[in-house]
Amino acid sequence: MKIGRFDLIPILLVVAVTAGAAGLIGSASTWVTLTVAGLAMGLLIFIMASGLTLVFGLMDVMNFAHGLFIAVGAYVAASVMKAFGGTLGALAPAILGAMLVAGVLGLFFERIIIRPVYGQHLKQILITTGGMIVAEQLIHVLWGPDLLPLPRPEALRGAFLFGDIVLERYRITAVALGLLVFVGLVLVLNRTRLGLLIRAGVENKEMVEAMGYRIGLLFVGVFVAGSALAGLGGALWGMYQEAVTVAIGAQMMVLIFIVIIIGGLGSVTGCFVGALLVGLVANYVGYLSPKVALGSNILIMVLVLLWRPQGLYPVGKA
Amino acid sequence: MIATLLSGDLPRSRVLAFLLAGIFVSLAAAPFLFPGTRSLDVAARICVFILLVASYDLLLGYTGIVSFAHTMFFGIGGYGIGIAIARLDATWTAVAAGTAAALALSLVLSFVVGLFSLRVKAIFFAMITLAVASFFAILASQLSHITGGEDGITFRVPELLRTRVNAYYVVFGASLVLFLALLRVVNSPFGRVLLAIRENDFRAEALGYRTVVYRTLANCLGAAVATLAGALYALWLRYTGPNTTLDFSIMIDILLMVVIGGMGTLYGAVLGATLFVVAQNYLQDAMKAVSSAAQGLPLLPDLFHPDRWLLWLGILFILSVYYFPTGIVGYLRRR
Repeated sequence: MKIGRFDLIPILLVVAVTAGAAGLIGSASTWVTLTVAGLAMGLLIFIMASGLTLVFGLMDVMNFAHGLFIAVGAYVAASVMKAFGGTLGALAPAILGAMLVAGVLGLFFERIIIRPVYGQHLKQILITTGGMIVAEQLIHVLWGPDLLPLPRPEALRGAFLFGDIVLERYRITAVALGLLVFVGLVLVLNRTRLGLLIRAGVENKEMVEAMGYRIGLLFVGVFVAGSALAGLGGALWGMYQEAVTVAIGAQMMVLIFIVIIIGGLGSVTGCFVGALLVGLVANYVGYLSPKVALGSNILIMVLVLLWRPQGLYPVGKA
Repeated sequence: MIATLLSGDLPRSRVLAFLLAGIFVSLAAAPFLFPGTRSLDVAARICVFILLVASYDLLLGYTGIVSFAHTMFFGIGGYGIGIAIARLDATWTAVAAGTAAALALSLVLSFVVGLFSLRVKAIFFAMITLAVASFFAILASQLSHITGGEDGITFRVPELLRTRVNAYYVVFGASLVLFLALLRVVNSPFGRVLLAIRENDFRAEALGYRTVVYRTLANCLGAAVATLAGALYALWLRYTGPNTTLDFSIMIDILLMVVIGGMGTLYGAVLGATLFVVAQNYLQDAMKAVSSAAQGLPLLPDLFHPDRWLLWLGILFILSVYYFPTGIVGYLRRR
């Protein structure tokens, strides 16, 4: 089932999962709460994962240290929130600070760590893992080894009540921000010249180079943007959990890998659908049978790969 | 005689031969050369990790695939022994049964994961193994009625292993035999095919070798040896738990040992594991000294804090991937 060249089946799958869960859960109010929670989680994961999948699609680089930017974003946000006393006004500087620091770090990381190992997968995996080890230790040096509290601003605590439907304010905010990022990314990728170049680069980077565009510069830009998004995601996720540890990066990495494998390596749309699927299923299964919840992500991944071995939206590249 | 034992894979460097002989003699005579509980413990850890790292090198160095699930198989071995002894009794039958069950589970898992993800790119395999291993670690800590959860399982060992020296020689002997067996494997025609796949998988396939089959076999073999290493480690510690076997930091340790020692040669595993375990146990003391000497200066005491020793090994790791991709062994052999 397709509209033009767009494949609708994966999106229908997400709708089917939501509808199926409605049948299994029974109570409408619980279903709404879980769905919003699932969407919030999925969109946060999408924010963190989108940069990684784009970097892979564009330059065939898999950055195992992506979690580092998530952790740094969360730590910076925690520091800024603490400095401003945790008010709603501190939210914007905290988020912007997290994105800025993560972006600058991404620039350095690309220049120093990844640049020498383009085109060598094995070394990329090793080098970026090494970078992750060193960076985690440096975070320990700079912020100390203890758990850092990251309180949400007063205005975002608590929940809205509609009848017997409970909607946490923070989750609504997360959904709104996630959608904003998604729409922004889609617009940039599909409606601007820059986006055109990026998409062309994913399809065939030699051709873009032959046309006289500096793909290297484009790549650095995407890498920095992806790192900044990871920082944003880290800040938001840290507030979701209300605490930050250095392990946040490594923990999220596993989820992010699952999401971008499900989506198809390199596909932003796939990453979006995959993230929603993982977020929703995690919440539904967590409610329906908590024992299975641990394995639900792996289970989705296996099922999706059995159905489409290249992921939901395969990127047409060998 | 020695050439036969080493399967014709001689050190090919005087310094390397000297170092290897030194490590071998020190380990063989450890209970007499270095009396004391701590140093014997270090020696046993070195033996187990040499074996574990060598089995990982079979994947990373010889076949060119990155797995993040090696600790999972290490853990399966440990839990196999722990659960079998806790359920049955502290007998050799229980040890055999536990090892056999663990081996079977590891082989099935590595076969399925390999068949599933080794068809595609190296990166895909790395990502899938990372996901599977983290799932397994969560599973082990959640199924606490079987695995003891976060606390793990403390158990008694068979009569023979209750004296430390006996236990040490069992660990040492088994590691030595398995290491020599691995050396035999990598120098066999099978090992040569693995090298060919690492260098150019497309070409190996074109020459008529089914690369998927060879990669999967290497994956299963590596998993099996890692399982045995896990079993030995559990028997030595008389304990098994998530922190000693399944933790992701152990995976990082293995990577550091392989790369620093030298990928693509099993002697790299010997040097890497020895250096790393010794550093793990004694570098911290040295760093404590530096840290307290630098007291009062900004940032320096924190950078040299004993808990930050991984920082320095991590930097060494990155530098060796860039400048010494063949590690210490490669460097010594090139001279």
